[in-house]
Amino acid sequence: MDAMARLTSWMDGPALPVEAARPFKSGNMTLQTPILQPNSLRQGPDAHGHFGIFGGRFVAETLMPLILSLEKAYEEARADPAYHAELQNLLTHYVGRPSPLYFAERMTQHLGGAKIYFKREELNHTGAHKINNVLGQILLARRMGKKRIIAETGAGQHGVATATACARFGLECIVYMGAVDVERQKPNVFRMNMLGAKVVPVQSGARTLKDAMNEALRDWVTNVEDTFYCIGTAAGPHPYPAMVRDFQCVIGEETRAQMFAAEGRLPDSAFACIGGGSNAIGLFHPFLDDRSVELYGVEAAGHGLNVENGHAASLAGGRPGVLHGNRTYLLMDPEGQILEGHSISAGLDYPGIGPEHAWLKETGRVTYLSATDEEALAAFHLCAQLEGIIPALEPAHALARIIDIAPTKPKDHLMVLGLSGRGDKDLATVAGSLGGME
Amino acid sequence: MSRIDRRFAQLRDKRRAALVTFVMAGDPDPATSRALLKALPQAGADLIEIGMPFTDPMADGPAIQAAGLRALRAGMTLHGVLHLVAQFRESDAHTPIVLMGYYNPIYVYGVEKFLVDAKAAGADGLIVVDLPPEEDAELCLPALRAGLSFIRLATPTTDEARLPAVLANTSGFVYYVSIAGITGAGRPDYSRVAEAVARIKAHTPLPVAVGFGVKDASAAAIIAAHADGVVVGSALIDALAGTLDGEGRGGEAAVKAVSALVRELASGVAGAAKNSATGEKVSA
Repeated sequence: MDAMARLTSWMDGPALPVEAARPFKSGNMTLQTPILQPNSLRQGPDAHGHFGIFGGRFVAETLMPLILSLEKAYEEARADPAYHAELQNLLTHYVGRPSPLYFAERMTQHLGGAKIYFKREELNHTGAHKINNVLGQILLARRMGKKRIIAETGAGQHGVATATACARFGLECIVYMGAVDVERQKPNVFRMNMLGAKVVPVQSGARTLKDAMNEALRDWVTNVEDTFYCIGTAAGPHPYPAMVRDFQCVIGEETRAQMFAAEGRLPDSAFACIGGGSNAIGLFHPFLDDRSVELYGVEAAGHGLNVENGHAASLAGGRPGVLHGNRTYLLMDPEGQILEGHSISAGLDYPGIGPEHAWLKETGRVTYLSATDEEALAAFHLCAQLEGIIPALEPAHALARIIDIAPTKPKDHLMVLGLSGRGDKDLATVAGSLGGME
Repeated sequence: MSRIDRRFAQLRDKRRAALVTFVMAGDPDPATSRALLKALPQAGADLIEIGMPFTDPMADGPAIQAAGLRALRAGMTLHGVLHLVAQFRESDAHTPIVLMGYYNPIYVYGVEKFLVDAKAAGADGLIVVDLPPEEDAELCLPALRAGLSFIRLATPTTDEARLPAVLANTSGFVYYVSIAGITGAGRPDYSRVAEAVARIKAHTPLPVAVGFGVKDASAAAIIAAHADGVVVGSALIDALAGTLDGEGRGGEAAVKAVSALVRELASGVAGAAKNSATGEKVSA
């Protein structure tokens, strides 16, 4: 069967096991334009980068030519088998893909309902899903002849992944990180330094992720000739939301194949945490047209959704607005001034969300929930104690909702958690929450 | 003819460039800001750009970022900005006012309502940094329909192929950003500024004002010899910030300091006019 026919049959309905094994055989097909049905939910964005009313290219004129040349370079790379082969080789031998789909037996027994699987992105090199996207972008930067890489980071996972890839390819790496996050994620700052990256603490504004992104954009505006901006989440001006999604779709494609291998069918539901939303869109996207698969994104409710400026749930507590190059849901005051947001997890602490999630919320295809700091901490401890896996606080938010929902489902309900990162970086934060432990 | 067109036409007759001054609305407080706006034309400002404060000004350097946050802390809102414009118009019917900022506060205010209110307050044009021509349907086209100029930024990265798209719906004047970078940073290469202005003028009859990196009278004079306008922002904000007391309060000292710098810049621009009139361009 040729590639096009295989893809078409795959889109037509529940795939056969032979189709399910596709990602391991033929590399990352998502990057090549798949043949989609006319009513497919996987067609976005349009030529202008819009998902419904969301997305777009809201950037200063200085950046516009760069955004357009990036879009062109990405389109060319997508069509180049050599690019795919190089990326696939790195994902296999450097990242360690595919990441396992693990049956969480004791969690399943404990909750007494759905059969729970973890998609173990925390086992990737550098300990999170971020590396999937970074390698795709760094290979693109090399194709474009860019020698200087800049990135923003919140929890530090994207910064570490970028620093890692830059070390691997001998590229200069500058990571912008809010001064507040530098303090609360010290181990990751140290890792980035070890990898040869320069970490710049951002002192402007609220000194967290949004300000790190502002500062990275300022750097880019200033160093247009030689610099590539490696954005860490599926947000920002077009083509970033689509490009980052494409790189992260390996998560959902593998999950799909692995679930077929393990259970002979599609999962019934998938859960992922959402800050900007890159791991969630990567897990969800390959299932968007499988309407039987329930999809749940879990935002950070911080101190609670009713606490003003006390959460980071842009969809639940925000409104559509324009920031960082795209229209999406934002946390803001009645005047349109951006709020800082709060979450115990530095990786979710962002006042916006990827534009495709904003659109998926409006279409109703994905159900967006939230979990508080306290609920995430409880899930964090439960996961460590029952499964011997210390999750990052980010996916602990998604696990918190699984803890509620799994018991309400029958035992043959197949439920997947996108376990997007490991929790080593959060030990000090969790210790702090236990009361002054060093 | 709009106030902006009329002002540039008058200055063209006088053979001198316009001095375009930028201040942040409500910085450091509404009362100082009101007094400052009133003082600017007397000190020699030909056009005034008024910043609409925003928490996340991605294209601005530290000086303007800080000014925006001071204004927001002192309670400035988009309604407040328009109120300042209306108050300014009570005593000045001729100096063009251009509102400059980012899209989100306008989007949240409501585009149509904003355009009606801005026009009624006496604003003449808009510069919205994060709306490139690709997003013209958002605000640019509605603004033109509402009778407000939409002034576009052209930058060193705007190449020949892109210039026509950038200029297509631009009105009032073209704002050439002389360096690829944020406001207040660096110093432009003046020889390239002359070249860039000529390149833009080959595509449009609109006046071209040049900004970014203009800090003193001599820089203003050099730019004024080559362009139809000189935009000064961060240097004025720095002058204002230097007068604030420990609590960040403004007052008469702030108005005096900014006015003094504007007078100096205006003399630089006027001096350039003479050179320009005799055909001797000041070169870098």
